[in-house]
Amino acid sequence: MDADITLTVDGAQQRLTVDTRTTLLDALRERIGNTSPKKGCDHGQCGACTVLLDGDRALSCLALAVAHDGAEITTADGLAADGELHPVQQAFLERDAFQCGYCTPGQVCSAVGVLDEVRRGWPSHASQDLTADPELSHDEVAERMSGNLCRCGAYANIVPAVRQAGGVQA
Amino acid sequence: MKPFAFARPADAAEAVATVATEPRAVFLAGGTNLVDHLKLGVARPDLVVDVRRLTSREITDTADGGLRIGAAVTNSELAADRRVRERYPVLAQALLAGATGQLRNLATTGGNPLQRTRCVYFQDVSTPCNKREPGSGCSAVGGYTRYHAILGTSAALPDPTAPETCIATHPSDMAVALAVLDAQVQVLGPAGARTIPFAELHRLPGDDPSRDTVLEHGELITAIDLPPLPAGARSAYRKVRDRASYAFALVSVAAVVADGEVRLALGGVAHKPWRASRAEEALRGGPVADDAVRHAMDVELTTAQPQPGVDGGNGFKIPLVTRTVVATVRDLTQETQA
Repeated sequence: MDADITLTVDGAQQRLTVDTRTTLLDALRERIGNTSPKKGCDHGQCGACTVLLDGDRALSCLALAVAHDGAEITTADGLAADGELHPVQQAFLERDAFQCGYCTPGQVCSAVGVLDEVRRGWPSHASQDLTADPELSHDEVAERMSGNLCRCGAYANIVPAVRQAGGVQA
Repeated sequence: MKPFAFARPADAAEAVATVATEPRAVFLAGGTNLVDHLKLGVARPDLVVDVRRLTSREITDTADGGLRIGAAVTNSELAADRRVRERYPVLAQALLAGATGQLRNLATTGGNPLQRTRCVYFQDVSTPCNKREPGSGCSAVGGYTRYHAILGTSAALPDPTAPETCIATHPSDMAVALAVLDAQVQVLGPAGARTIPFAELHRLPGDDPSRDTVLEHGELITAIDLPPLPAGARSAYRKVRDRASYAFALVSVAAVVADGEVRLALGGVAHKPWRASRAEEALRGGPVADDAVRHAMDVELTTAQPQPGVDGGNGFKIPLVTRTVVATVRDLTQETQA
């Protein structure tokens, strides 16, 4: 069964007709041709499909496209405005925060979301004081990024990259 | 994935009427569990009714000093709310102990308590499961039971072939906190609105493991109310899991300590968030030193039935949950004295 939807992806409006079963991830990759978000597990366990959905990081494999008609989506591909890398992307390069790169677009989108959540003062499981403003400590970043798996095990450089992008001097 | 029709009604009442008249219709909110079940074939609806934008996304103060949480408030928003962090730390901690940032941004207040068990046999459509296919039997009994129940199971020594057998646990962290907070669930159904005490929302497997809750088909959670805690009350959530982050609870404890009162709810031990009423009764008005709490947990766990399993079984949960309760209550009482 088909439905007509409109998505704004990396600033460009896309009108498409989708089967109601289509996930946001499949709509992005197979219909719009944006292969930046990756299909890892397709069950919400690995984070490779992470995008910014109406501003917040979300798993595109667990979202039905039809349920997000009208949504604004930013993928890692759309973070580099006018060819200039986003500070998170630049930090991943400088910190050597990836090996094969398959999980990286999801890691980068997730990190952008993390930095925004920390700016808004959102606590995490790693926050010692629930009511204090969180800091970008190693433990905070590791906890907040725990939904993004990296089979190459680049975590040792991902955490410093996220902290660097968040302005931590290290 | 089986084909399904999709509907986005104009309001909650229309959504309720739509689902009520279609036996194979389901509500969709954040989708973090349902969409996975559509892929796995665990859920096979003919009609998916989107309610994500049809209930309130506001958290409001109530006249009695508590909070009303709209069903569409995300788990992230709820955990970050200043009032929740200050007045109901047990709830903020439970939310933050569950899932990941990407999932909490999608998951909703109404949807989280209605997520289904992560029993691997329930999620694997190639194996018998009384919850998924009533009457087909239970594959968990004698199988991998590390994440399964020790309390409230359908029989002391469950028969894997019996239609009522189920040793699944409820996976939500948030629900354990809501159980200890005496939350009230606001529901809209075909017959009108009603309020369900949170402790009565979920059910034990009884003779029908396929039903997780007392909600009738077509009933929609519209809000969850938190009554105020007693003055000076302290609360906390403590979760024990196989990984430091992003794992379901082996056991968890939600506790409230107030003057002369200890409230306890346990996760990872039963088919529903388990309010430890016997332990609470044993502790009422008395001292809350470690020995007393340990004794109260012995009382609570007299009916516990650890399950053998190919992975060594889940008997470890009895000392584990006892120690976790003792440590949680100790932290809260020392905080009060400090």
